[in-house]
Amino acid sequence: MYIFGYRVPLFHSPLSRIAGVAALLATMVLLACGADATSTPRPPAATVAQVATEVAPDTAMAFEPTVDDLAGGSPEAFAAAFEKAIAGSQFRPTSEFAAAAQPLAEGEKLKIGFIFVGSQRDLGYNQAAAEGSQYLEQVFPDVEVIRSENIPETADVQAVMEQMIRDGATIIFPTSFGYSGPTKDIIEKHPDVMFMHMGDSESFENYGAFFGNIWQLEYAAGQMAGNATETGKLGFIAAFPIPQTLLNVNAFHLGARSVRPDVETTFVLTGSWCDPAKQATAVQTMIDAGVDVVTQHQDCTKTIVEAAERAGIFVTGYHQDASSAAPNAWLTGAVWNWGPVYAELVNEIRNGTYKSSVMFVGLEEGWVKLAPFGSFVSDEEKQAVLDTVEALRNGSLQPFAGPITDQDGTVRIAEGVVPTDPELQSISYLLEGITGRTN
Amino acid sequence: MSTFWIVLGGAFTGAVGPGISVLYATYGELITERAGRINLGTEGCMLMGACFGFIATVETGSATLGVLAAMLAGSMLSLIFAYLVIFRDTNQLATGFALTMFGAGVTAWAGRDYVDSLIGGLNPISIPLLSQIPLVGKALFRQDILVYLAYALGPLLWFGLYYTKWGLSLRAVGESVTVAFAAGRNPALIQVAAIAFGGALSGLGGAQLSLAFTHTWSEGMTVGRGFIAVGLVIFGMWSPVRAMAGAFLFGGAIGLQLQLQSVGAPVSPFILDMFPYVITLAVLALWSGAASRAMPEGLRTVLRGGT
Repeated sequence: MYIFGYRVPLFHSPLSRIAGVAALLATMVLLACGADATSTPRPPAATVAQVATEVAPDTAMAFEPTVDDLAGGSPEAFAAAFEKAIAGSQFRPTSEFAAAAQPLAEGEKLKIGFIFVGSQRDLGYNQAAAEGSQYLEQVFPDVEVIRSENIPETADVQAVMEQMIRDGATIIFPTSFGYSGPTKDIIEKHPDVMFMHMGDSESFENYGAFFGNIWQLEYAAGQMAGNATETGKLGFIAAFPIPQTLLNVNAFHLGARSVRPDVETTFVLTGSWCDPAKQATAVQTMIDAGVDVVTQHQDCTKTIVEAAERAGIFVTGYHQDASSAAPNAWLTGAVWNWGPVYAELVNEIRNGTYKSSVMFVGLEEGWVKLAPFGSFVSDEEKQAVLDTVEALRNGSLQPFAGPITDQDGTVRIAEGVVPTDPELQSISYLLEGITGRTN
Repeated sequence: MSTFWIVLGGAFTGAVGPGISVLYATYGELITERAGRINLGTEGCMLMGACFGFIATVETGSATLGVLAAMLAGSMLSLIFAYLVIFRDTNQLATGFALTMFGAGVTAWAGRDYVDSLIGGLNPISIPLLSQIPLVGKALFRQDILVYLAYALGPLLWFGLYYTKWGLSLRAVGESVTVAFAAGRNPALIQVAAIAFGGALSGLGGAQLSLAFTHTWSEGMTVGRGFIAVGLVIFGMWSPVRAMAGAFLFGGAIGLQLQLQSVGAPVSPFILDMFPYVITLAVLALWSGAASRAMPEGLRTVLRGGT
């Protein structure tokens, strides 16, 4: 090898060659270990924000969801959740400074940007969000939604947002968890645009965060899986070990153990939100491990649902009803109900009453719902799962009430303690009976 | 059965599952490189095959037509490459890379209405007796038709390259265009044919991914496997049979990675995730000398490492 014209006897003797490869491997391992140490969280920027201002009076715009819109959740709880989140916010009502709160000229439309990390027809997370954005257009005739799909969680998303802002968007929903970093880098540059992130656990003046407690329905789906399994082994195919995912797998596992205490769950990570080939391989891995009910936390859900159908094992869904892809395998699933949520957020922003906050609500408010049951599920099993859903809705069932023990046998939640929502949303461990790793 | 055997069995299953699409792309790239050209558009050809194969299957209901459409789509993209590098004399690396981007864009646009489509696709066929072999039987012999075709194609291509007149012409062009021309061959025509055939094979790899292995089309679903194929050609030192070993090693690493997670091995899944790529890099570094000697002469100007 030549460096600047000088011959360097590198990689010539077999020994130096092996040493070179070893150095290469060591560097990669070090890089991998150091990767998460380098990402420092950004401190909250809103020190100027603690100003109490008069809340603007409600304008003519009003959005009132019905019980049907909320999939059985109560409209009162829905309204109360918004009131509580806004009252509990440490920020002033920023949205009255947002361009979206200004009255529209005649014939003008309020432009709202939606950015998706995958396809809007993925039978998964992105489709659920895309359908929510369509609901927005249905309830507000003067709203125009600009959509952009398949945008990676990199600086690319900033370029897309800048373009949306140039096109007149005044509210932007970056719908993927990984958009939080790139989005937070540009919020100061656009103080009059509201950014509504899905899943972040911090908020800034013009950056609100919200997400639903879908784990409640993962618990219900887990109960269904516990009924269906013969081998007593369940499989959970996830993308990344983020808290949302860990909460889901833990809830699913607890749900299954509520009907069959000896259930074991295998947890694998594919390292991508949507890599169909790896998903298909993971289903095969699960079958090799004796799993007969599989579920997932991926963005595109179709491949795993179909692979389960072909392999003759059961599947519970996530994000979106995909029962059409697996008529013989589909048990039920945990799915989103974003439409009314988006509508209420947009409503608050336009009225100038929205204050940036972090919202996590669930069944009672109608943010999440249970997918239809498979045709072969018996009436008793359906009723039992629906009873569970009702108990979760009215709060009489608290699956994470202590004692809760993790994989290593350490008691993480002491007896008699019921964890709060923020505590649950920052969960970092897998429960006893789950095989797999979190890092 | 002990954990060890389960993990090993899983690695075999993984080797064949995600490995086959890479293997087709590797065959395709190998033929192209044997003719003295390097096509970095392999990734794009795979995507074209995966996407248009899927679309054709949805529209016609026939997976056979889907496979043919995939081969056609792959070779169309590679023919653009052939035109540009042979007749317009553009830079091979830049052209190939640009075509990968082009293929990704075209397929994202063309396939957007088919993401949620359901297809019958190609399904596994068990070979009696052979599929009963413990450990490897199910992994190797309960697969779809394209997998069996890929097994056969390795030795066939090897025979074709070394024991037929066509193979000799192809290799001669790859070694020296001038000498092949002097010997009465038409180098441009042979290179165009090799590139088109290579593109068709890459498209077939894409079809295996979308029609047989996942029954799904999703944007960018090859996630870089076309580039892995380019590396595997060097790994296989331009031999189709050694390329098989490379592709199975790559697939096996993916299978092993998931299998180790499922038994709770005390290794971070993030490190395991790099496994296939690290293996590829390590092999390239270890065998660089031997690979350099096996390289077709015509590739030296573009491919030469720092020796």
